[in-house]
Amino acid sequence: MSFQFILQLIIGGVIGIGAGYVGSFMILRRMALVGDALSHVALPGIALALIFNFNPFIGAFAALFIAVVGIWTLERKTSLPSEALVGIFFTTSLALGILLTPDAELLEALFGNISSVTLLDLYITLPIVTLLIIALKLISKPLTLSTISKDLTQSMKVPVNAINFIFLLMVAVIVALGIKITGTLLMGALVIIPAAAARNVSRTFSSFTFMSALLGGIAAVSGIIISQFFGFAPGPIIVLSGSILFLLSFLFKQ
Amino acid sequence: MAILGPNGAGKSVLFRTLRNVIPHTGTITWEKDIKINYIPQRFTIDRDFPLTVSEFLRFKTKNQHTILSALRSVGITDEHHITHRLLNQRLGWLSGGQIQRILIAWAIIDEPDVILFDEPTSGIDVGGEETIYHLIKNLKDEKDLTILLISHDLHVVYKYATTVLCLNKDMICYGPPADALDPTALKKLYGEAAFFTHKHNHTK
Repeated sequence: MSFQFILQLIIGGVIGIGAGYVGSFMILRRMALVGDALSHVALPGIALALIFNFNPFIGAFAALFIAVVGIWTLERKTSLPSEALVGIFFTTSLALGILLTPDAELLEALFGNISSVTLLDLYITLPIVTLLIIALKLISKPLTLSTISKDLTQSMKVPVNAINFIFLLMVAVIVALGIKITGTLLMGALVIIPAAAARNVSRTFSSFTFMSALLGGIAAVSGIIISQFFGFAPGPIIVLSGSILFLLSFLFKQ
Repeated sequence: MAILGPNGAGKSVLFRTLRNVIPHTGTITWEKDIKINYIPQRFTIDRDFPLTVSEFLRFKTKNQHTILSALRSVGITDEHHITHRLLNQRLGWLSGGQIQRILIAWAIIDEPDVILFDEPTSGIDVGGEETIYHLIKNLKDEKDLTILLISHDLHVVYKYATTVLCLNKDMICYGPPADALDPTALKKLYGEAAFFTHKHNHTK
């Protein structure tokens, strides 16, 4: 096993774990579609980064940040289902991104390319994901409560809006990181599928979030190994391993 | 105290104002450092939401004794049942009445001075209703709690409330139920039809 391959496995695994953990909260908050669409927003950001020659992670994160502020405002200003607006806004940015991204890089931006990761990516990914998991763990109580009942959370004197915003930022961070491995089109799947599978096999909240993170890690690592072995592109295979885990989860349904 | 009024009279809005979660004019004076808990009218949770009763209660306290004593206060006393079944049960699997009890337990865990109940028995069958009101009454006597309760049910108001506030956009009446709920007030509150229903309740 080459050093490069081990690096891929570690980075992929870490991002898979982070995506699974964040995803567990997204699925409970019925944000599965938002998560999927949100990942598309990153594309124009990546395009600008490529054109003006700065780190694509920064570009992706900046674009996601703007989108997150948009969703957060929508969530507060209207009680309407924001799905239609989200759908329009995000597919528009996908279209823009496709036009803007230089042809040579388009495929990588859309579907990711983990084989190009470097040690620098590890130095970025590992601390960010670790911090993310700790921070999310810290806000998990009010976050979960506000998912069940806004009324109950408000009576606990928790700043619900601030917590929601922090959570959306976390989604933006993990999506921006994950784009390296699955690309903007498929990153949503890495957030949602492990959580959906974990929900099938868990009864308690703690086992649900843990399983979601674990399955995210397993999907990423096994996907990278399989794609290396058969010479496929890793991004789609990671998503497919996730899907297989999801199907298997029905066998252990709680 | 019970708050009585037809749909859309502003009962829930009054609660929201009392909890200071919506903008309002005028002043509300609570005693300093008072602790107010609130039980919402609608509490629905997906059947397969992965959260156990134990995890839900532990959002409030990690102390198992406090949890058990709160459960005892809402009439769940069988310790074997609690530790072996109830606590490990998913919250979403409980019946409406059971969830209501758990919510009340959740509300009393951190020893509030005031609890606001917004129609505590919506979605519970008639037998269950009576039990829940009984329970609230016992809690009030036992723990020196102030209870504000929104209700549609005149019978409940007569039986349990010391004071009643009738609302229909404006304040219609206020005082002990027997005095405040005179025919004129009821007519203003519900119109003729409901007034006769009320009479019917009494002759039954």
